[in-house]
Amino acid sequence: MRQDHLITATQLSRGDIEAVLDRARAIAADPTAYADRHAGTVLALCFFEPSTRTRMSFDAAAKRLGIDTIDMGDVSASSVSKGESLADTVRVIEGYSDALVLRHPSEGAAQMAAEFVDVPVVNAGDGAGQHPSQTLLDLYTIQETHGLDDLTIGVMGDLKYGRTVHSLATALTNFDARQHFISPESLGLPRSVRFDLHETGAQIREHDDLGAVLPELDVLYVTRIQKERFPDENEYHRVAGEYQIDASVLEAAADDLTVMHPLPRVDEIAPDVDDTDHARYFEQAHNGIPVRMALLDSLLESTHE
Amino acid sequence: MSEHELRVSKIRNGTVIDHVQGGQALNVLAILGIDGSEGLSVSVGMNVPSDRLGRKDIVKVEGRELSPSEVDVLSLIAPEATINIVRAFDVVEKNRVTRPERVVGVLSCPNRNCITNAEEPVDTRFTVIADGVRCEYCSTVVRADIAAHIDV
Repeated sequence: MRQDHLITATQLSRGDIEAVLDRARAIAADPTAYADRHAGTVLALCFFEPSTRTRMSFDAAAKRLGIDTIDMGDVSASSVSKGESLADTVRVIEGYSDALVLRHPSEGAAQMAAEFVDVPVVNAGDGAGQHPSQTLLDLYTIQETHGLDDLTIGVMGDLKYGRTVHSLATALTNFDARQHFISPESLGLPRSVRFDLHETGAQIREHDDLGAVLPELDVLYVTRIQKERFPDENEYHRVAGEYQIDASVLEAAADDLTVMHPLPRVDEIAPDVDDTDHARYFEQAHNGIPVRMALLDSLLESTHE
Repeated sequence: MSEHELRVSKIRNGTVIDHVQGGQALNVLAILGIDGSEGLSVSVGMNVPSDRLGRKDIVKVEGRELSPSEVDVLSLIAPEATINIVRAFDVVEKNRVTRPERVVGVLSCPNRNCITNAEEPVDTRFTVIADGVRCEYCSTVVRADIAAHIDV
């Protein structure tokens, strides 16, 4: 991948994606061969929002490449709480590190940060915007289970604010994928994502009910509907309940349906799905290691050339 | 001499922005950053009868020749506008506005959660698309009523 930063999925070509996934596969096959590949390099983890999986998997991926990590820690204990701008924060941290992983509550934060620093920036989630490194591990999981072409995928849940959905939908336009979006009307795809999908001529359909489309899906990607998106708790429970799956719902699905979720889940996937052959969400989370190793490896390799 | 010419007098040297959609003259001045403090003599005609537009606005700026790059951003709110450069009372150059590829620092992003609306040292930046503009930071698409987002 010849990129200085990873900010949005729209910047990724099919070739870029395949290069990272191929590298991830090579790493997964022989991780020890990459153990000291970037010894002496420092990665800064700058999380302005809570994170467990993304933060820990970047940390672990870095360490498995021989990279040391420095972590900004909790925002409330940092200079950000004193009113420092993001632009100043990243310019300072740039001096301590060879690359930055940034999560921030404002859309466009990673793009702006990348304009202020010369080291690679990875967007680890910007508000309701994008989360492209999650998308790479999602694509890796889909490739491992089904393949990325001739794919019928259903994406269900909060499509409006779900940044993993935005990045995934955009990245899938590089492949022969039929995308079905299943959500309550109020949480449908935002105009910005529709624009990107429309520009690429992607095949998409939208539904408010999973039942109509479930039998034809190869992959069902479930996301969490968050309570704070609804003005009223009763309305939340009514709507969220319609977008939950359990093993009995999946009886109508193809035997080889893959169920994915970026995690954390609350109750949108019942625990009885975990015991079915459909469940791949824990494997998906684990794939974050080889994929983020491959991503960091290619970004740091580019800076060394 | 017709009635509307009497209302807005001729200028000796400067720029006449004509065929501005009725009601947009003050937005034109806002986009150009002309607020009177720079001492320029400015005449504004609003809702003047026009064969082409029905009603049009006219802005005359005495003593300043506006370059195409300065005025192209006006195409977002006044796509029919013509730019006349006047020297010694004669129109020496007449241009239509053309759509720029990008608009920097003129519009504010309507997405309140966009980083450009945080207290950061960054100008807004929009890519001009076929029927509107798109924020280069948060990807928000603005189609209707772009004038409402002028921030100068």
